[in-house]
Amino acid sequence: MQVAIELTAVIIKIVAVLGVVSLIVAYLTYAERKIIAHMQMRMGPMRVGYHGLLQPFADVIKLLFKEDIVPAPADRWVFFLAPVMVLVPAFAVYAAIPFAENFYVADINIGVLFVLAVSSLGVYGIVLAGWASNSKYSLLGGFRSSAQLISYEIFLGFALIGPLMLAGSLNLREIVEAQRGVWLVALQPLAFVLYFIAGTAETNRIPFDLPEAETELVAGFHTEYSGIKFALFFLAEYTNMLVVAALATIVFLGGWRVPFLSDMAMPLWIKTPMHIVSFLTKMLFFQFMYFWLRATLPRFRFDQLMAIGWKVMFPLALANIAVTGLVYYLFL
Amino acid sequence: MEWFFFLLFAAVGTYGAFRVVTMKNVVHCALHLVLTFIAVAAVYVMLSAEFLAAVQVLVYAGAIMVLFLFVILLIQIEHTVAMRQLHRQSPLAIAVAVVLFAEIAYVMFRKVSTLGPAGGMTPAVQAQVGNTELFGAALYTTYLFPFEVASVLLLAAMIGAIVLMKKEH
Repeated sequence: MQVAIELTAVIIKIVAVLGVVSLIVAYLTYAERKIIAHMQMRMGPMRVGYHGLLQPFADVIKLLFKEDIVPAPADRWVFFLAPVMVLVPAFAVYAAIPFAENFYVADINIGVLFVLAVSSLGVYGIVLAGWASNSKYSLLGGFRSSAQLISYEIFLGFALIGPLMLAGSLNLREIVEAQRGVWLVALQPLAFVLYFIAGTAETNRIPFDLPEAETELVAGFHTEYSGIKFALFFLAEYTNMLVVAALATIVFLGGWRVPFLSDMAMPLWIKTPMHIVSFLTKMLFFQFMYFWLRATLPRFRFDQLMAIGWKVMFPLALANIAVTGLVYYLFL
Repeated sequence: MEWFFFLLFAAVGTYGAFRVVTMKNVVHCALHLVLTFIAVAAVYVMLSAEFLAAVQVLVYAGAIMVLFLFVILLIQIEHTVAMRQLHRQSPLAIAVAVVLFAEIAYVMFRKVSTLGPAGGMTPAVQAQVGNTELFGAALYTTYLFPFEVASVLLLAAMIGAIVLMKKEH
């Protein structure tokens, strides 16, 4: 009986988290077009609904009704599975992320490792999508993208080691609790910058989006995908962006904590929604940064991308770890 | 309950391992190997070795197998060699496999009577201290020398690969 009650509670939480995340992701596509448009002195979607607010629904309906083309020489099973292999890890990560001090699906004491491990499985979908399409553009795009992803995964992890040393735990909830005094972004600014850059590369966003650049490789690894499979790739990309933002919020921006209000005594039914709203606000701040970068910067060539990663970010990340360790050992 | 999940993960892992050697398309073999690794990681979690499980997925399934896949896709082996499924020496191989299986089964069924971790690392100890801390402490104190030797070995392999690549140019 106890098991049934706990199971129901977990299922309700999962449905709530996935539902809200899916809605946010759908409206992120709209927000991106609107924000970039306004930065470029134009209006963006205006027709569908008031100021284009129903645009995501129009996009989904259009993609659902598009013809589902599978190239004749393609490997049917892998072609079908590739978008799923990108989407499932992107969504599975939300099981470990705490949105408020008592609102999380699972409290995993290796939370950071879990997030990194599960999101590293997303590489398979991309490289297999590139291969299964049996076309040169897709294959090249798939290889470039996966080389970029597995390289920047390393920098992502290394950038996180510094703040993890200061927080003293891999548990995401405890990392937020450890930021009671000061947010880790103030103590680890270099790690924050490195993490954000690596996160941008991890999600194939400008300035690191050569693998799916429209002018370079037609559309990279998802050239041959149409209809709902294409929609799944985009859903996965935006969900990954949200995951990177969520981890950045938890590790650097103090998670759900509001500077003075979190320490005051408040009834739980006020505190928890306040925390969830503050967490979502910080995540959406990172999304705004992503859109801002997209509207502003050109993209890197692939060799520049790799050079920046291995020659600049890697030594900086190692230096950050060394200095943090030294200071922690000597003074803290 | 534990038995059910263990049998589930063991069945998935065994199926994946079996299909690695019996599928015609090499890429499908690699994907089934990934499935096996993830099933093994799930079994690690059941043994309270959650750090090992996360690292297994992160490193083995998430990086090493991706590189395997790169090589398989780059050399396009499925276009060049139509592989026979059963090799000429398969009766000998099957005999060796059966003997190995019998040995391992004998040793296991004599020693193991319960499900779960054995020795000093009981779930109570691990729940209190945490698998990661115990792992890190052991690796950096008792087993520091093998750890350093392993990293020097990896460095040597990397340098060897780079030197080989440079020579070809």
